[in-house]
Amino acid sequence: MSTTETPRTEACAADTAPVPEAERRRDPLRRMTALARPRAGRFALGVLLGAAATGAGVALLGVAAWMLATAASHPAITALGISVVATRALGVGRGVARYLERLVTHDAAFRTLAEVRVRVYRRLAATEPFGRFRSGDLVSRLVNDTEATLDLLVRGLTPPLVSLVTGGATVLVVTAVYAPGGALLAGGLLLAGLAVPWAAAALGRAPGRRQAVARGRLSTALVDTLHGAPDLIAYGAMDRQAARVYEADEELTRMARRDAAVLGLGAGATALITGLSVWGALFLGVLAVEGGSLDAVSLAVLVLVTLAAFEIVAPLPAVAAKLGAIRESGARLFGVLDTPAATAPAGRTGLDPHGDPSLRVRGLRVRYAEDGPWALDGVDLDVPAGETVAVVGPSGAGKSTLASVLLRFRDPDAGRVELGGADITAHPADEVRAVVSGVPQDPHVFASSLRENLRLARPEADEDDLWEALRRARLADEVEAMPEGLDTRVGTHGLGLSGGMVQRLALARALLAAPRVLVLDEPTAHLDPDTRDAVVADLLAAAEDYSTLLITHDLTGLDRVDRIVVVRDGRVVQTGTHAELLAAEGWYRDVHPDLA
Amino acid sequence: MKPLDPRLVRTADAVRAHLAVSVLSGVAVTGLILAQAWLLAHVISQAFAGAGFDALGWAVASVAGIALARALLSYLAEASALHSAARTKSILRRRLIGRVTGDGTVWTAGRGADGDAPRAGELVTLATRGLDALDDYFARYLPQLVLAAIVPVAVLVVVFWADWISGIVILVTVPLIPVFMALIGMHTQSRTERQWRLLSRLGGHFLDVVEGLPTLAVFRRAKAQAALIRQVGEEHRKATMGTLRVAFLSAFALELLATLAVALVAVEVGLRLLGGYMDYQTALLVLILAPEAYLPLREVGARFHASMEGVAAADQVFAELERPRSGSGDAPAPSGGRAPAASGDLRLSGVALTYPGRDLPALSGVDLTVRAGERVLLTGPSGSGKTTLLSLLLRMNTPDAGRIEVRAPGGDWAPLESVPADDWRLGVAWVPQHPYLFDVSVADNIRLGAPDASLERVREAARLAEADGFVSALPEGYDTRLGERGARLSAGQRQRIALARAFCRDAPLVLLDEPTAHLDPENAAAVRTAVDRLLQGRTAVIVAHDTGWAEAVLGARVVGLPLPGREGALNR
Repeated sequence: MSTTETPRTEACAADTAPVPEAERRRDPLRRMTALARPRAGRFALGVLLGAAATGAGVALLGVAAWMLATAASHPAITALGISVVATRALGVGRGVARYLERLVTHDAAFRTLAEVRVRVYRRLAATEPFGRFRSGDLVSRLVNDTEATLDLLVRGLTPPLVSLVTGGATVLVVTAVYAPGGALLAGGLLLAGLAVPWAAAALGRAPGRRQAVARGRLSTALVDTLHGAPDLIAYGAMDRQAARVYEADEELTRMARRDAAVLGLGAGATALITGLSVWGALFLGVLAVEGGSLDAVSLAVLVLVTLAAFEIVAPLPAVAAKLGAIRESGARLFGVLDTPAATAPAGRTGLDPHGDPSLRVRGLRVRYAEDGPWALDGVDLDVPAGETVAVVGPSGAGKSTLASVLLRFRDPDAGRVELGGADITAHPADEVRAVVSGVPQDPHVFASSLRENLRLARPEADEDDLWEALRRARLADEVEAMPEGLDTRVGTHGLGLSGGMVQRLALARALLAAPRVLVLDEPTAHLDPDTRDAVVADLLAAAEDYSTLLITHDLTGLDRVDRIVVVRDGRVVQTGTHAELLAAEGWYRDVHPDLA
Repeated sequence: MKPLDPRLVRTADAVRAHLAVSVLSGVAVTGLILAQAWLLAHVISQAFAGAGFDALGWAVASVAGIALARALLSYLAEASALHSAARTKSILRRRLIGRVTGDGTVWTAGRGADGDAPRAGELVTLATRGLDALDDYFARYLPQLVLAAIVPVAVLVVVFWADWISGIVILVTVPLIPVFMALIGMHTQSRTERQWRLLSRLGGHFLDVVEGLPTLAVFRRAKAQAALIRQVGEEHRKATMGTLRVAFLSAFALELLATLAVALVAVEVGLRLLGGYMDYQTALLVLILAPEAYLPLREVGARFHASMEGVAAADQVFAELERPRSGSGDAPAPSGGRAPAASGDLRLSGVALTYPGRDLPALSGVDLTVRAGERVLLTGPSGSGKTTLLSLLLRMNTPDAGRIEVRAPGGDWAPLESVPADDWRLGVAWVPQHPYLFDVSVADNIRLGAPDASLERVREAARLAEADGFVSALPEGYDTRLGERGARLSAGQRQRIALARAFCRDAPLVLLDEPTAHLDPENAAAVRTAVDRLLQGRTAVIVAHDTGWAEAVLGARVVGLPLPGREGALNR
């Protein structure tokens, strides 16, 4: 492993470097194809094997036609020798070549996919995760878009190349037999393989869009019906809602039935071109034989090869129909791969992990777009060593942006953030995170065992360390009660753990990492009120030994923190203890539940 | 999975019509294939024998006619297939919708009450995109299946008639194809199933890691994971290729048999032609027809997997339609008017409920009396069944044991079930923990429970619910559409719209479920003001966490629900 360390680091730098403008403007399909460049040799082999397989099918009929025509003039048996052998070889070769082609292209595509995943991951790791990861749907869509590379390479790229190679070779052979026949075949193949799929895809685009809109409407109505069922039933509105869904269904069905007349055209056109090409070959061939410019043996070859040749372009309409969706996936994928890094590379190293753990924020300003509104607009804040400071305020006040800067997910646009007097933006993210750690918003539970989920924070932790962390997060009793203890597997998204347990697990993980400064970002979001109060109490008890910044929208239990900072519209509007703030006029007193 | 699900055939005339069209066009296509083969063999062999264009002109022209006929047929078949697919999808969709909206009980999937039920999201995907896979099934697969049944038989008959030796070669090899495919398919399936767990674990790894990226970053594991992703990708590739090596065997067997059989026929016919035992035209006819016997089988094989997605979707629809559900049974028919009992007293005695598929009861032995005009605050640890109790009063569930009785002012106690559920609910306003807002205008959201309410009444309700201010500030005021799940509004604003709904419903009994639980302090304060107003002159059952407010401001009587299975409710 250690020998590959150096190139990996270089690749990592390349993966996160800014993408030139010219590159960004290229067609996503071409950029996706370019991702496969390191595997070009394997793909070329796959195309050749595919061409051999398809070609064998066409050649089989051509050779057999020649053999029959020759045999019909009753020559000596030796005249057929080669064609007999060739016929049998082609009969076997086609299946074998097809099998190998599929293995080779799939293998190459999976190799490429593995590399693309690493690239996507590295780019994501370098850009600010918070904004992007709000919605789980977005993440799974990104993962699907990454998988679309596989689709493009196996189903989108190889079949057209195979058709090109085989089609070209077949046209050359037929041209050698009878030039006008070759020209006819070339025209037919181009029409059936290129023009029809292209036109069908173009014709299908408008119905596709129309139906997508109608489908979206139906889907919204259905989502409303299912998720809103309790409200609908309680208010006696289910019948009206069902009528809305039926209406949406009717519209979609009406549209689909009307569009069927257009979408069938592709199939008809392909059949027409195939049939007319065979007819043309027969027509030209018979005239040429009569006129003496074609011998009668070649007539059979010409007609039967033309008949067989349209198999070459048969897969292409399906490819054309697929490319649109793959291009959209590609555009989204490169949207991620082109995102610039959220933190500038930091030069200075040597942040002392055992130094003064006090935070000092001065004039901090952050915004998410040039000339956008300021998410943080000149925030001053101090967390002295060992104290607990709560940052509260309405949603959208900029609280989570503050966490994002402290955890080095993004650079501030102005102002300073000092840790024990050292500017954290001058230090690499991981150096800062050795000192400042905690619970990010919506902490993730990995599909693995509880043990693995904990050891993530400190791989060298032993059994005692894990239990100590669990005890401090008040999770030890519950884990002890589980039959498999620390080896209990927590499913995808931590299913099987309650919301309170997930937050406690995340806290245990943060404590295990043993930072000097704890940043807890909305640790009680999505918890029911009973659990919420218990978690806050346990959090604050566990945070005693740390400099702690607690970011929350929930004002219960704050009498236990050292200081409270109220943030509104990106500015600090009030600072003080719970008692001081309750005594003073202002937002805190206005909205505190104990006084309502 | 069956290639042709009898339930699907039974579903609709559309399916039966489509099958009939497919068979008719399949017979016609078969006839055209045979005719074309005969014409080609005839023209080529006659030209070989020296016939000129004058003698062959009619045959050449017929080939053009066949081309036109096949094109027209394939256009009509495809268009009619898509047409039938659209109708069938609509029928399945409507039955599914009727199923989930029909019987007045809440569709329980996604709440963990029934492990087999698909989640709401899956059901929506199933009804839209999932069923769209039937297009392929109808347009590409079924017609091909019909052809695969007709064409080989017809070709065999003609080839036997022309040359019985070639007929035997085809007769022996054609049935081998389905047999081999089935054998290999069975082997692949058992192997794939064994590998499935591994594959899905590896496949899900990337999603898991990407979703957990912020967590990884905080603990400085983000960079180390890149190496792991590469390694897992490599394992995934190896495992997948292992499966594919076997899975591709069925296509290999098919292709090998089909091509090899054609080669055998060609050589055997060629040698007999050379020996003078056969004429050129027959030999050509056999050569042209031989591949046609295998082509539909190959096509069916190639389209099998893509088309099975549609069958699988239909299968899921049928599974959902056939899943037993706890319906409301023989409930009395609604009269369309508000039940007078809703403005009277309410009595629960020994009420218990266990959700299907759960071991522990959600409620057990609850006794509670609520007098008209009284406010009752339900408290208790999570899991004590507070929300379940509200759902019983909303008639979304019925108790397994015990009685719920109601008494209209001046009337006698009567079981709640004797009142039609719709009439009862007309007297109930409900404000849930997470109210659902619909993608219609604000006004229509507020008049959910009173569809005929005038805009003035809607405005008044909003004003009372502290919602008029922010609604008026929306770009189109009360006509603003709220987007999917009310996405335009914050949680606190959604809660106030739900309160406006309750005002608009103007019901004597109000059920509140944690109205301020997930709100920021400012919104919570506004909601409390509105709730105080809503409860004036109404009976209320409230589930709330901040008991101080409920007791002091609302003057509610506190009732503690213990965890079920311990003891009865204690009135305090």
